[in-house]
Amino acid sequence: MAHDLIQKLREACGEDNVVTHADQLRTYESDGLLRYRVTPRAVVLPGSAREVQAVLRACHEAEVPWVARGSGTGLSGGALPVEEGVVISVNRMNRVLEVDLPNQRMVVEPGVTNLDVSKAAGPTHFYPPDPSSQIVCSIGGNVAENAGGAHCFKYGFTTNYVTGLELVLPDGELIELGGKELDRPGYDLLGAFVGSEGTLGIATKITVRIVPVPEAVRTLVAFFDHTSNAGRVVSDIVAAGIVPGAIEMMDSLAIEAAEGATHAGYPSDAGAALVVELDGSEAECEHRFQEVEKLCEDNGATSIRVAQDEAERQLIWKARKAAFAAMGRVSTHYYVQDGVIPRTRLPEVLERIEELSKEYGMPVANVFHAGDGNLHPLVCYDGHTEGQAERAEELSGKILTACVDAGGSITGEHGVGYDKKRYMPRMFEEADFDAFQRLRCAFDPAGMANPGKVMPTPRLCGEVPGPYRQHPLEAAGIAERF
Amino acid sequence: MSAELVAECGRAGKALRVRGAGTKFEWGTPAPDPEVVVSTAELDRIVEHNEGDLTAILEAGVPIARAQEQFSAAGQMLALDPPLGEGGAATIGGVIATGDSGPLRHRYGAPRDLVLGMTVALSDGTVAKSGSKVIKNVAGYDLAKLFAGSFGTLGLILQVVVRLHPQPKRTVTAIGRSNDPDAVARGASDLAHASLEKECVDVRWGGGEGAALGRVGGETAMEQAEAAARVLAGAGLDTEVVEDDFELWAFQRDSQRSSDRAVMRVSGRQAELARTMRAAESLGGSLVARASLGISWVTLDPERIGDLRRELAPFPCVVLDAPRDVRASLDVWDAEPSPLAQRVKQRFDPAGVFAPGTFPV
Repeated sequence: MAHDLIQKLREACGEDNVVTHADQLRTYESDGLLRYRVTPRAVVLPGSAREVQAVLRACHEAEVPWVARGSGTGLSGGALPVEEGVVISVNRMNRVLEVDLPNQRMVVEPGVTNLDVSKAAGPTHFYPPDPSSQIVCSIGGNVAENAGGAHCFKYGFTTNYVTGLELVLPDGELIELGGKELDRPGYDLLGAFVGSEGTLGIATKITVRIVPVPEAVRTLVAFFDHTSNAGRVVSDIVAAGIVPGAIEMMDSLAIEAAEGATHAGYPSDAGAALVVELDGSEAECEHRFQEVEKLCEDNGATSIRVAQDEAERQLIWKARKAAFAAMGRVSTHYYVQDGVIPRTRLPEVLERIEELSKEYGMPVANVFHAGDGNLHPLVCYDGHTEGQAERAEELSGKILTACVDAGGSITGEHGVGYDKKRYMPRMFEEADFDAFQRLRCAFDPAGMANPGKVMPTPRLCGEVPGPYRQHPLEAAGIAERF
Repeated sequence: MSAELVAECGRAGKALRVRGAGTKFEWGTPAPDPEVVVSTAELDRIVEHNEGDLTAILEAGVPIARAQEQFSAAGQMLALDPPLGEGGAATIGGVIATGDSGPLRHRYGAPRDLVLGMTVALSDGTVAKSGSKVIKNVAGYDLAKLFAGSFGTLGLILQVVVRLHPQPKRTVTAIGRSNDPDAVARGASDLAHASLEKECVDVRWGGGEGAALGRVGGETAMEQAEAAARVLAGAGLDTEVVEDDFELWAFQRDSQRSSDRAVMRVSGRQAELARTMRAAESLGGSLVARASLGISWVTLDPERIGDLRRELAPFPCVVLDAPRDVRASLDVWDAEPSPLAQRVKQRFDPAGVFAPGTFPV
C-alpha cells in the first residue's frame, strides 16, 4: 500500500518532486514551532492544481492523511506532519498569475511569498496583511491561518482581502469559490475556508484585493517609564477617534533585546516603547499626527522620535520587527505566546503576567499589537536545565487563561494548529466543537486533511449508512468516534 | 425560547422561516408559506457596548437604527448602512443574514467583515457559538462568515458580536456629474485608485445622466474633498463639493430598494462599470454602484430582468425586489447550487427545516 502510494505520487509529480529519504524528510518534520517533530512518510511538491488533485486522489484512495505546507513559518505546529502521512508542499507553485490593477485584484499561486504579492501590486498599490514573517511566508499559508500583521487594526486580515479561491477538496475535486467579483450568490464558503488551518482542502489559486498606497505615512516612537503610560496613550488615541495604521507596544525587556540586536537608538532604560504609525490623506494624517504627539506628551513620554524620512521609519520598525528574534540575546530559550484581550483590560492582564513571571522566576517580555489587543508575551527560560521548558509552557498556558478570563482569545494570529488545541476548551464548549465539525465534515468527510489539528479531540464524521468499517485514524488510535 | 422553537420544528420536521423586521422577507426564491415563522422580535437586547474596545454584542432582533443611536452617543458607529426599510426597522440579524450593505462598505466591508462572533441555534437543538468578542481572533472555524448571507437557511442567528468604528467628526462629499457613462466610470475609478482615503466611492446613473461621488471624513474633510473633486474634474466631470451630504448618500442607499419595480444586484467588476451603466440605460433602468468594489444595484421594469442578465453575462445578477409572480417565474439567484454547499446545508440543518426552497442550495 505504502509503496503504491509513493509510486502514484511520483507518477503525478515526477521522481524529483517526491522526497522519501530520511535525511531530506528531516527538513519537513517541524514548522516554525520547533518543539514538535514528526517525520512524515513522504513529502511531495506538486507544480500545478492538476498535480495537487492527483496527489489528493492518491491519498484519498490509500486512506493516508496529509498536511499541506507553505513556507513552514507557522508558530502553532499547524504544518506539523502526521505520522505515516504525506506532506504536500506548495513551494513550487509560486507564480504571480495576474496583476489586474483596473479591478484592484491579483491572482497568485499559493507558494508566492506575502511580500512578493505586495511588491507585484506596487508601486501604486499594495496588499495590506503583513505578518512579521512576510519576507518568507507564503500566501497559501496566510490563507490557511488568516494571517494578520502590524497593520491589521486599520486594514483588516487576510480574510478581508481574499475574494476568490481555486481549491482542491480532500477527495481530489477541484472547485472555485468566489472570484474577482464580490457577493456571488450562495454560501460564503470562501469565508469559512480562510483560516481553516489546512483542514478543509488545499488552495491552488488565490485572488486577492489590493488597495492604493496611502498618500502619506507618519511614524513615531515614544518612550515611557512604564507600560501603563503607554497604555493610556493607546486608550486616548482610540477615544479621540483616531485609527492608526499601526500601534505597537514593547516593554522594557523587549526593548533591551531589540536594541541590543538592531541599535535602532531605543533608550535601553525605557519602561515602554510605543510605535504609532498614521497613514491616509496627507492633510488628515498631518493633523492627527500632531494630536498623537500631544497625547504622548500628556501621558508622560520621556522622549519622542518622529521619523523624518523613510530610512528612519524603517529603523523604528526594524527594532519592533526584530523583537522576537532578538530575545535570543537575553535568554537561551523562550516561548512565544499569542493571546488576545479586549484592549481596555491591558493593565490588569499585564499585572497578572508580571505576577506569574515572579511566581515562576522566569522573565516575560511583552510585545503587543496594542490597537487590537493582541499580546505576544515571550517567556524566557533556561532550556538546559531539566524541567524548565515544561514550567515555561505551563506559565505560558496560564497567560492564555488570563486572556480568556478577560474576555479574549487563545490566538490572534498564530492559529490553533497542534500546539493550542488543548486550550480550545477554554473558549469553546462541546456544542461549539460540534458545529465546527459539521463544516469540516462537509469538506472532508474522511478526515484526511491535517487531522489532529485545531480540534481538542479528533473526531470523525457521521457515517453514511452501511456496514461498520474501522476508520484508519481510529485504527491508529488518533481519533475516536462520536 | 426561539432556540427551543427551532428545535421543536426540527423534531417535528416543520418548515420554518426566521423573521426580523420583515423588510427583506420577500427576498429569495418564493416558496410555500412556512408552517412556522420564528420571530426575533424578543431578541432585542443590546447586551454589551464596549466603548474602549470598539465592540458590541447585539441580539439578533435589535433594530440597527436603535443600536446606532447608542453607538453614536459615544462617537462610534457600526459601519453598516444598508437601506433599513419601512420606518428604519431592519434588524442586525436580518441585515447579516441577507448580507446586505450600503455605501460604507467601500471602506469598512460587508456584514461578513464586521461580525466577530456569532451564536446560532440549529435544527437539531444545538446552540453553538463561534468567534469571540475581540477584534482579532483565529481560534476555531469562522462560522459567522458562513451564516452571514445564508438567508436563514442554515440556522437561527441568536446573537452577534460586531466591530465598531469611530464616527468621522465630519464628512464632505465631492460629486462629479456627466451625461457620459465612460466619464462617470473613469472619474469613479480614478478616485478609487487615488491615494486619498475615502469613506465611500459610489456612482449613480439614470435618465441619461450620472455622477461619481466620493465621501471623505475627518477634521480636514473639506481639504480632502477638494482634492477628490480635482480628481473627478480631471476625468471631465462637472464637480461640486457638498458639505451637507446626508441626502446624497441617503439617495444612494435608498436606490437599492424598490416597491414597484425590480432591483437586481450585479456582482460585477470595477472596470465594467461603464458597460453596466449603459446596459441599465438601454433597458430603461437606473443604477447605483459601489464603484471600487464592482457591485451595482440596477432598478428596472421586471420584464427586463432577462435582458439585463444577457447584457451582463457572465456576471451574476441576483433579483432582490420584484413582484412575487415575477420572482416565481425565474431563477432569482442566477446560480446553480454546488454539491459542497448542499453538503454544508445537510450538516447544519439536518432536518431540512430552515427556509426550504428559498436559496440556491
